[in-house]
Amino acid sequence: MAKVVVVTSGKGGVGKTTSTAALGAALAQIGQHVVIIDFDVGLRNLDLVMGAERRVVYDFINVTQGVAKLTQALIRDKRLDKLALLPASQTRDKDALTEDGVLGVITALRKMFDWVICDSPAGIERGATLAMRFADEAIIVTNPEVSSVRDSDRIIGILDAKTIRAERGERVKKHLLITRYDQARAARGEMLTIDDVLEILSTPLLGIVPESQEVLRASNLGSPVTLNNPDSGPARAYYDAARRLMGEDIEMTVPTDKQGFLGKLFGRRAA
Amino acid sequence: MNLFNLFKRRSSAPVARDRLQILLAHERTNRGPSDLLYILREEILATVGRHVEIDPDRVTVQMDRGDKVSILEVDIEIPNITRATSGGSRKRRVASAAHRTA
Repeated sequence: MAKVVVVTSGKGGVGKTTSTAALGAALAQIGQHVVIIDFDVGLRNLDLVMGAERRVVYDFINVTQGVAKLTQALIRDKRLDKLALLPASQTRDKDALTEDGVLGVITALRKMFDWVICDSPAGIERGATLAMRFADEAIIVTNPEVSSVRDSDRIIGILDAKTIRAERGERVKKHLLITRYDQARAARGEMLTIDDVLEILSTPLLGIVPESQEVLRASNLGSPVTLNNPDSGPARAYYDAARRLMGEDIEMTVPTDKQGFLGKLFGRRAA
Repeated sequence: MNLFNLFKRRSSAPVARDRLQILLAHERTNRGPSDLLYILREEILATVGRHVEIDPDRVTVQMDRGDKVSILEVDIEIPNITRATSGGSRKRRVASAAHRTA
């Protein structure tokens, strides 16, 4: 039976979609069957980050409304045969997604995959609450910055109150994923440190993704950073995070981009 | 002094951490309808409103959330009934409530 994981944050622009794509690909690369779902109705982007934007025929809402079969709407990744994507609808009707519709799709996907990863939209509106509604586990993506930390705290409160698990008296297992971390700036007292964020949010740490040019380069190319440059700092951080999700005990580090001697001399090649 | 400041830039991260800790301590206790200050405000206004007609435009509610103590200030303007003929109104502080949180 699959695990349903929501990738959430409250605040926008902190790296939910990047993290969904990177973790989904990392899990598929280590042999897991993974489906990633875009819950951002009206503003879908996971398809673009995955490089599948030209292959979208049917979407999530087409499936919940019976216009398309689930298997027709799922887009198999061309690079990883164990990875699939369910794109969001571009409709402007925010109420098109219903709780029953989401439950039906997630129940079916649970039988087909090992991991169902839900990419939540920003905010705390319908799309965000539906993305977390059926989750077994939650990844809270946080930047070491005041507004992001505050919103994460809010989202943690909602995860503990408004999910099916919470209503049954069970717990959604929560993981904190700190992204855009700059160790040098934190050391200089210019950025909240990992310990600061952990102390404030008191949630177990899943990984530390360093600030890196590789993230933008990967999204420019429509490829998860774990596939596009597996040796880069963010890719290694996401691989470690994926293994921790699998239950492995891996030492926590802040992987950095390695730059060779020639790279330093001539600068980075253009993507 | 200026020269000194040039070389010693103050760290901003500890400020961020402290601000967040104070803010979140409040937001966590004040989540939902259990917000004591919110309840006080509503009940004070309702109580006064039972006896005097309150003009909503002439009510100021201020909240000052501190580290250890929060202050709720409710200023309600009520028509001065005894001197109603003079048409004046007097501003009265009806209630101040301090809410100790720590």
